[in-house]
Amino acid sequence: MTDSATHAVDKLIRMANQIAVAFAAQPRDEAITGVADHIKAFWTPKMRRDIGAHLAEGGQRLEPLAKAALERLQ
Amino acid sequence: MALIKEIDTGTPIRLADRIVTLVIDGERVSVPAGTSVMAAAMTMGTKIPKLCATDSLEAFGSCRLCLVEIEGRRGTPASCTTPAEDGMIVHTQNERLAKLRRGVMELYISDHPLDCLTCPANGDCELQDMAGAVGLRDVRYGYKGANHLDAGKDESNPYFTFDESKCIVCSRCVRACEETQGTFALTIQGRGFNSKVSPGGLDFLSSECVSCGACVQACPTATLSEKTIIEHGQPDHSVVTTCAYCGVGCSFKAEMQGERVVNMEPYKAGGANEGHSCVKGRFAWGYATAKDRITKPMIRAKITDPWREVSWDEAFAYAASEFKRIQSTHGREGVGAITSSRCTNEEVFVIQKLVRMGFGNNNVDTCARVCHSPTGYGLSKTFGTSAGTQDFKSVEESDVILVIGANPTDAHPVFASRMKKRLRQGARLIVVDPRKIDLVKSAHVRADYHLPLMPGTNVAIVNALSHVIVTEGLAKEDYIRERCDWDDFQVWARFIAEEKHSPEAVEQFTGVPAADVRAAARLYATGGKAAIYYGLGVTEHSQGSTTVMAMANLAMVTGNIGQRGMGVNPLRGQNNVQGACDMGSFPHEFSGYRHVSDDSTRDTFESLWGVALDKTPGMRIPNMLDEAQFGSFKGLYVQGEDIAQSDPDTHHVTAGLAAMECVIVQDLFLNETAKYAHVFFPGASFLEKDGTFTNAERRINRVRKVMTPMAGLADWEATLGFARALGVDMHYAHPSEIMDEIAALTPTFRNVSYKKLDEMGSVQWPCNDAAPEGTPIMHVDRFVRGKGKFMLTEFTPTDERTGPRFPLLLTTGRILSQYNVGAQTRRTSNSVWHEEDVLEIHPFDAESRGIRDGDLVALASRAGEVSLKARISERMQPGVVYTTFHHPNSGANVVTTDNSDWATNCPEYKVTAVQARRTNHWSDWQEQDRETAISMRRIAHEAADAAE
Ligand code: SF4
Ligand code: SF4
Ligand code: SF4
Ligand code: FES
Repeated sequence: MTDSATHAVDKLIRMANQIAVAFAAQPRDEAITGVADHIKAFWTPKMRRDIGAHLAEGGQRLEPLAKAALERLQ
Repeated sequence: MALIKEIDTGTPIRLADRIVTLVIDGERVSVPAGTSVMAAAMTMGTKIPKLCATDSLEAFGSCRLCLVEIEGRRGTPASCTTPAEDGMIVHTQNERLAKLRRGVMELYISDHPLDCLTCPANGDCELQDMAGAVGLRDVRYGYKGANHLDAGKDESNPYFTFDESKCIVCSRCVRACEETQGTFALTIQGRGFNSKVSPGGLDFLSSECVSCGACVQACPTATLSEKTIIEHGQPDHSVVTTCAYCGVGCSFKAEMQGERVVNMEPYKAGGANEGHSCVKGRFAWGYATAKDRITKPMIRAKITDPWREVSWDEAFAYAASEFKRIQSTHGREGVGAITSSRCTNEEVFVIQKLVRMGFGNNNVDTCARVCHSPTGYGLSKTFGTSAGTQDFKSVEESDVILVIGANPTDAHPVFASRMKKRLRQGARLIVVDPRKIDLVKSAHVRADYHLPLMPGTNVAIVNALSHVIVTEGLAKEDYIRERCDWDDFQVWARFIAEEKHSPEAVEQFTGVPAADVRAAARLYATGGKAAIYYGLGVTEHSQGSTTVMAMANLAMVTGNIGQRGMGVNPLRGQNNVQGACDMGSFPHEFSGYRHVSDDSTRDTFESLWGVALDKTPGMRIPNMLDEAQFGSFKGLYVQGEDIAQSDPDTHHVTAGLAAMECVIVQDLFLNETAKYAHVFFPGASFLEKDGTFTNAERRINRVRKVMTPMAGLADWEATLGFARALGVDMHYAHPSEIMDEIAALTPTFRNVSYKKLDEMGSVQWPCNDAAPEGTPIMHVDRFVRGKGKFMLTEFTPTDERTGPRFPLLLTTGRILSQYNVGAQTRRTSNSVWHEEDVLEIHPFDAESRGIRDGDLVALASRAGEVSLKARISERMQPGVVYTTFHHPNSGANVVTTDNSDWATNCPEYKVTAVQARRTNHWSDWQEQDRETAISMRRIAHEAADAAE
């Protein structure tokens, strides 16, 4: 991965994790739906593709909640 | 066109259920109880002579010119201080009264300069009018007695003069400063013949005066006069329009001589301001004709080239060819636009239309991204709509006012005056702010509780307030059961009752004593009607959206939504933030806050516009900048915004801009962003176009053209020109036609039209068949979303932490005399109050760093470093420093970081970990900025001339 692509994905991971933290107080299933709906409503298709690539590689740096939500969106 | 003269009833017409009927000069007249005889007479067109009375102020009864006879009463009572009563029989004119009035006038005139012909108020002087009205022909005392004719002039204020020799000591100015403005800067010094008006024994400029102009407007003589009127003379016509500064949205009469503005007079019928103003709208309009305004379109191939002046058509053609080239090389997503909260609704609407319809994507965002986007998110999740709940007038019925993260006396001054008036009447006040803002303690206003929290802990404090309410049994269960989702409430109540949300538990990191939080919560819940007013101190955080929702929870749990005096109210920064958001400026929404993926909404747009529209969200501003650097976003059209100065982490912004291939800037001036632009569309000021602005209370106000656009086109016309060059079919002959299209496409605007606005003056959306006259208060019987929704608002500390390298927290804000990036106010005399941005620092932090007042200090964060002068101030708590961002070269945003709100990416301007140390030089960025300020703004005039 190039430096710039890493930078962009880093930001997306941070954003996804921030969203996950915001929904963390909710029961798990609602929280997953909340995160997934949020990303669906506000992220561009390209952002979703880019983070999808990270997810495909294992999504190591994603919070479990963010990961679960992104998996649901795939 | 004529000069609009508003009726002055002398004293206010009261609002009362009981009506009284009296007979004045043989005619019956009915008025609300409590109205004065003077005002009652005026309602039937009878002008009783008066000098000390004006209807913006309570009656004072000092001049004795308004005497009347009332049958059955002894003497000649003053009509301004006598309330009208049922059955009263009043005579306003007879020989006896005429003689008495002439006597009074004689005394005034004997001590007044008789330079009427050369006086600036000639034609607009109540003393002159009254001399005429009472038939004064002769002054028996002569002019030789003791007088004040040699008293000096105070010209220290940049906008008005105080010529004491003309003062009749009617106290209207003193009372205006107290009652209307609430500053208490003026007093009457001395007694009897020696009494005189004084700004606290100083000159106006050095006094407490905030230059709001209320005294100038109230003055019946030329004593207090606008310098522009002294210079140019009286206006010949006037046009009602709306201030282009803050989100209060004050109405003004632009008083004109031909196409020259000579005065901006606050308009009494203006719903937002009711005749009041602040220094910006009232006086700081000179920027609109500043010499460095750019009035010719310009282009250049590279940002290192000098600008070349071209015709509009050439600029349109060049911009269009570049955008087409970029889209064919980098794809449809390669271009986008940023709309401006300073432009009109109509101008914003056509830009987002151009993006969605012409660019074929949803890459449109607006500067609300960096201010109130969390408001939109938070209030729509909880209440169902992205706007404040009340009109400004509602505050007159509040019993408890909670101000959080807002500084209304500086940023929303006219609303602050209303709020202070209510506070003087006894409403209680809670201020949540890291700084000791003016409201905490100022003339006749004192906060009951000031909760000086550490920046970044808003959620914890608001949760703690709710915790107290829920655990102490103060929740309004009836209201919640009826109005809110009960299941959600129960889940939320269990969550908020957890010990971790208690004031005691959060005290360690909020820094606010738990007892104060408890007391404030009890006051908010039990003190009567409670209203929340908030600003960017709430939204510009990594948890901005969470705080908005936490405040909505707080209001719902106490039943404080749905009536006058209550509510949750964002104080919007710029004049048209509300409108820009309403108009569909966000990349995921059409006008009226409807998601682009909503098929039925998209259908209505597609069928009217005749094109297929993208159903996926477009890019937000930070996204565009990232994609410019690392992806394929290469063309940006920026309308009236200066992201290179106003947006956080300047290095990130400028790197993004520099990586683009075509940046179009549309602005009045060559701003910071224009240094990175390839096309410049010269903008039109608010005086040069028709349109509407929507203020913080959802009030749609008309902006009216009073002069020809200096660059030949209004902004909306330039956008249409660009669209035409791109082959996009958009035609409107007048902005009213754009509003018609907005109304056709937006359910909350369905009944809005220029005709309606002309008839009603202004209207608050929703304005449709369900609410044909608009909606001053929202969620009255039910929430827009149905049941109010309690949201779980967990506090999460920001990633931005202090540590050994950066041990202080920086928070940013604005001050009264300057506005936003300062592009407008810096070009006016307002700079006498704020010549440069300074760093406010607590004495303790200053001393431990050896910093003295006025020293140059280097302010560094992990994002960058700038140098600023220090101002030692106890407004800050130890550990927190503060600055403003009104001057480009002070570079506050070089220091702020790219942290942002989790939901909306609204930047975390309010929390940056920094270090401050003494220095003797400007930072590298500042040095370089000074150089590029010149090198990147060159205009090749000769070349253009030769081409012409
Ligand atoms: S300055 Fe004007 S308003 Fe004030 S007391 Fe004198 S005449 Fe009246
Ligand atoms: S300008 Fe405003 S603040 Fe200043 S003295 Fe007059 S009323 Fe008071
Ligand atoms: S309060 Fe705001 S809208 Fe009103 S005059 Fe001042 S800047 Fe303009
Ligand atoms: S106007 Fe009534 S006493 Fe002056």
